[in-house]
Amino acid sequence: MTTLPASTEKKLGLAIDLDTCVGCHACVVNCKEWNTSNYGVPLSDEDAYGAEPHGSFLNRVHTFEAQPASGCSQTIHFPKSCLHCEDAPCVTVCPTGASYKRSEDGIVLVNENDCMGCGLCAWACPYGARELDALAGVMKKCTLCVDRIYNENIPEEDRVPACVRTCPAGARHFGDFSDPNSNVSKLVAERGGIDLMPEMGTKPVNKYLPPRPKDVPSDEQLNGQNTEPKGFLAWLDKALEAI
Amino acid sequence: MHPAPSVIFFTAFSGLGFGLLAWLGIGLPPVSGVTAFVFYVLAYGMAVGGLLSSVFHLGNKKNAVKAFSQWRSSWLSREGIMAVVTLLTMAPYAFEQVFLDSGALKMLGLLGAVLAMVTVFTTSMIYTQLKTVPRWNTPLTPILFVLFSLAGGGLFAGQVRAAAALLVALGVIQVIAWMQGDAKGATGASTLETATGLGRIGKTRLLEPPHSGQNYLLKEMAYTVGRKHAMKLRAVALICAVVLPVVLILALPAGHVLAVPLIALHIIGLLAARWLFFAEAAHVVRLYYGK
Ligand code: SF4
Ligand code: SF4
Repeated sequence: MTTLPASTEKKLGLAIDLDTCVGCHACVVNCKEWNTSNYGVPLSDEDAYGAEPHGSFLNRVHTFEAQPASGCSQTIHFPKSCLHCEDAPCVTVCPTGASYKRSEDGIVLVNENDCMGCGLCAWACPYGARELDALAGVMKKCTLCVDRIYNENIPEEDRVPACVRTCPAGARHFGDFSDPNSNVSKLVAERGGIDLMPEMGTKPVNKYLPPRPKDVPSDEQLNGQNTEPKGFLAWLDKALEAI
Repeated sequence: MHPAPSVIFFTAFSGLGFGLLAWLGIGLPPVSGVTAFVFYVLAYGMAVGGLLSSVFHLGNKKNAVKAFSQWRSSWLSREGIMAVVTLLTMAPYAFEQVFLDSGALKMLGLLGAVLAMVTVFTTSMIYTQLKTVPRWNTPLTPILFVLFSLAGGGLFAGQVRAAAALLVALGVIQVIAWMQGDAKGATGASTLETATGLGRIGKTRLLEPPHSGQNYLLKEMAYTVGRKHAMKLRAVALICAVVLPVVLILALPAGHVLAVPLIALHIIGLLAARWLFFAEAAHVVRLYYGK
């Protein structure tokens, strides 16, 4: 059913810390590795060893530069995957019922057995979070690693999305945004987490923690010390000048 | 947006087909026997041909039939259903005109005509609904689609006077739509600053793209057409689809001989306009790629 649930019991998603991400792309690689061999068809690559390799990814890291009115510019690495929007336009446009939002945890998924590969959902998503797989012809998107987070066959510390598990900097946090006391809700409250393109009205669940303001270099000088030579150095100074 | 030929043909010819069906449904021209047969073959041919061509651009055609299931939320689903309902409603009416010609099913024809226009409207809503493509996200889109369908269908139906009036309206709305689209700017109210939330720091630019090669998003949604090229095509679209047909209709006596060049010109203009409809439309995702 491609009508959206009126509300969801949980709102599982990610808080992504733009201050911490170092742009290593480890999450991109681990996402691809996990998701090419688990939920749904593989994430295909084309011309993988040729001159123009390309393929399907569910998570990509952009790098931006923001220039404040004065001072140095800031470089921001910007991981981007499905934001599991509350008002997901990608779901309602789907004609086949393949796209849906789960009422239990709010995860937005594609049932590949129903998808006809029309691509309309990718057009409806403002964030470029959906890619049609070129080989399989079905829509691929982030599943929030639905096959890890509830998976009792893997160690407990692995029951988080692959990107979160692998991030060496700890820039990606997974949790329930409907619980005001969850780790992610606290982070959002503390750091003023924001929505991407709020004007699109998608109400994303994933939040971005904006980079903290940079320290401003001070113009102040250290107090001058040892301006007058003393002792042996004073004698040497004088002696040398006398020569 | 990538101007895929299959989608251009689908929207253009199914629009013409349903437009012609609408005219036939209201009994203009009054046809029967072999003439009726030829008209209906043409109308059904264009409508069904257009729909089939839309199936060509699907990645997973075997699930196409499931597209009828989500009419509660999806315009694409509604479009599929309305197309089939219209074609089925018009079938007995067409049969009656071709073989019996008793005029008994007039009401069914009228209903079919209304349904045909609803079908064209649902097609246009697939594009109109997308907030992500500011150029499409306007009430002018459905008006344009319906006018193209009715005017083009009118030319096929030989209703040249009415078609001329519709073409003039079409020309005016098309020019307004182009101007409105230009004024909105490619990505409307969205900027790289709103897309990344980095506007609070300052002016933002792409430093490194996420990948050096192509991907589905870039191929499908980052198509750009040069302004000069677009202006030339707009002129071609307007002159061929509207100006020349209207001049010909006003200047020359109506007749079957006139119909062929009229229709040919209009279709050239329609295809140019439809190509531009896709090629000029920008998707906000391009912002993340610094475009
Ligand atoms: S980010 Fe895109 S794909 Fe994900 S739920 Fe929102 S609109 Fe849908
Ligand atoms: S590509 Fe698949 S999931 Fe997306 S709208 Fe089409 S049928 Fe639905």
